[in-house]
Amino acid sequence: MMKRIIAVTVAALALTTARAHAQEVKVGVNLPYTGIGAEFAQLVDRGMELYLKLNADKVRPYKLTLIKRDVKDPGGANAKIAVQELLTQDNVDILAGWIYSPNAIASAPIVSAGKKLAVIMNAGTAHITTMSPYYVRTSFSMWHAGYAMGEAATKLLNAKSAVVGYTDFPPGKDSLAAFKRSFESTGGKVVDEIPMGGAGAVPDFTPFFQRAKDKKPDVFFVFVPAGDHAAAVVKTYAALGMREAGIKLIGPGDITQDTKLQAMGAAAVGLITMHHYHADLDNPENKRFVEAWKKEYGATTTPDFMAVGGYDGMAAIVHVVQTLKGKVDAEKALEALKGWKFASPRGPISIDPVTRDIVMNEYLSEAVMKDGRVFQKVIGKIDGVKDACKEQKIGPCAPK
Amino acid sequence: MIFGVDVASMLLGGVAAGMVLFIVSVGLSVTMGLMGFVNLAHGGFAMLGGYAIAQAMKVWGVGFVPALLLGFVVTAAASVVLERLLYARLYRATELDQVLFTIGLVFMMIASVTLRFGPENQPLALPPMLQGQINLGIIHYRTYSVVLILVGVVIVSGLWLGFERTRIGAQIRAAVDNRRMAESLGINIARLFTITFAFGSGMAALGGGLGAEFLGLDPQYALKYLVYFLIVVAVGGLGRVTGVFYAALLIGVLDFVLKKYVPQGGTAFVYALTILLLLWRPQGLFGAKAT
Repeated sequence: MMKRIIAVTVAALALTTARAHAQEVKVGVNLPYTGIGAEFAQLVDRGMELYLKLNADKVRPYKLTLIKRDVKDPGGANAKIAVQELLTQDNVDILAGWIYSPNAIASAPIVSAGKKLAVIMNAGTAHITTMSPYYVRTSFSMWHAGYAMGEAATKLLNAKSAVVGYTDFPPGKDSLAAFKRSFESTGGKVVDEIPMGGAGAVPDFTPFFQRAKDKKPDVFFVFVPAGDHAAAVVKTYAALGMREAGIKLIGPGDITQDTKLQAMGAAAVGLITMHHYHADLDNPENKRFVEAWKKEYGATTTPDFMAVGGYDGMAAIVHVVQTLKGKVDAEKALEALKGWKFASPRGPISIDPVTRDIVMNEYLSEAVMKDGRVFQKVIGKIDGVKDACKEQKIGPCAPK
Repeated sequence: MIFGVDVASMLLGGVAAGMVLFIVSVGLSVTMGLMGFVNLAHGGFAMLGGYAIAQAMKVWGVGFVPALLLGFVVTAAASVVLERLLYARLYRATELDQVLFTIGLVFMMIASVTLRFGPENQPLALPPMLQGQINLGIIHYRTYSVVLILVGVVIVSGLWLGFERTRIGAQIRAAVDNRRMAESLGINIARLFTITFAFGSGMAALGGGLGAEFLGLDPQYALKYLVYFLIVVAVGGLGRVTGVFYAALLIGVLDFVLKKYVPQGGTAFVYALTILLLLWRPQGLFGAKAT
């Protein structure tokens, strides 16, 4: 009898809370709001908020509440706790965020156990999406840019030899593997691989770059996290006279992150990158996006690829909420996102129904001086690029 | 020839890095030796100084060298205020209290700077004449590294002279060696400490500005290089200008060489070597034996 009373009460309570919150969808956001990643968190956060602000009519009649948790560092442990708390204490309907790959890797078991849609807005290690069936990625895989760059280096830049320098954490190793595979399969040779410290602090790059310079490669492919790492890379490259030594600095767009590019100044000119977004892309969506960004956050600010990851991620979440009429069930949400198409500032994107990873264009760009500012000129474009790691089932990307 | 170039580039890179370590750490060593005060906020003063320098250059268009001097003065003055208001209360406190207080201060510095200037790195543009490469005969090397080494040599000579040849230097040495004896001879330790604290913080600020080219400048600076500063002090010995100098050069060069030839090991080597060294000589390589 007692049991029945309790059961009825619980059911009644569940019913009332369900009714009270029928229109509200809670999104649990995990980002490194403080510490070394604070700048990145701000970019993704602003990207998300900007989408919601510009598209208030697309959200109605539902109410999206963002619950934000600070994950502090790239270590993984704090992110895991934050995600767990979002699920168990805040009872969120959707998870979002993840700047750093180690954080997404550490969170995967919790995400799987929590059975909620989880939108990755930055973390780029290729195999992350295989680690939980609830992960959907609106940012990129390291293989998108790394693999495309390897081929572009041999075919367009006529490079025969390369040195790869990378930050020693999962996406760095991933970027190395991606570049090496396509560079060597198209006739190039990677003559040295240099791990250059961790993601937690910006090292002095001089010894690593000195080593690369001594090897005299045609191109020096560098992956470091965007932001301060990237600014230091470009500075060291210029200071050691590597350009004069005939070594081209190439890499994914992290090294020419829009937010750092103007401060790099002339040192950045000539850098060649493969990436899916930069603020100089010429398409109507991007024009609107950049204009709205500057209006909202100040004329001296600029969005970048991280901001777009947050913006597109929020577009995906709003699409899910509308399709499911505010009742977000994880399995149905995944169905709603498979094959979802969106006109992003980076060009047309879609979610691969098989891998839950993003499909998008890659742009080969060269930094040039134009009207007194550093401008990223698109010199090549590949349409509809999928994550090569999962396409070719390489290493940890192979289905288990 | 190739070998010579290799060695030269390693020495130049390593010594330049060592100079930055020296300039920042010397104040920490002296104040720790003088009062036994564990000031973990020392890196915070380097960071604040760096920001003052970057702001002076960006906002008021001050040149690099005057900005460095300005950073020195501003940070030294700010540190005196903090020393009189806060530090002075903890001189007789336990080491744990001192550590907790100074670490708390670091977090407050980081939070305030983040609030005011944002979390991003502050670009600190060098004057054009310090950029690029310089021809040294056998190799072309980064101009700034060479200049930094020269500046470091000037600073260490000046400090050495001040330490060994002036009255206040003699007082500091006396107080480091035996504080009670120095006090009973009528040396005003509190005043001496305020002066060295201000000077040490000013030097840290100078190091923050001079080193920004290599180490960057963001709010986390206060914590992320603290380990290196502490290693330099531990290896060099407390209160020893020359000891800190040798230790900084040693660690700068070792770190550079190991990173270049065994990048896989990362920074682990330097830490391992420090542990071994301190097991062998707990007072540091150049420190006096503990009494």
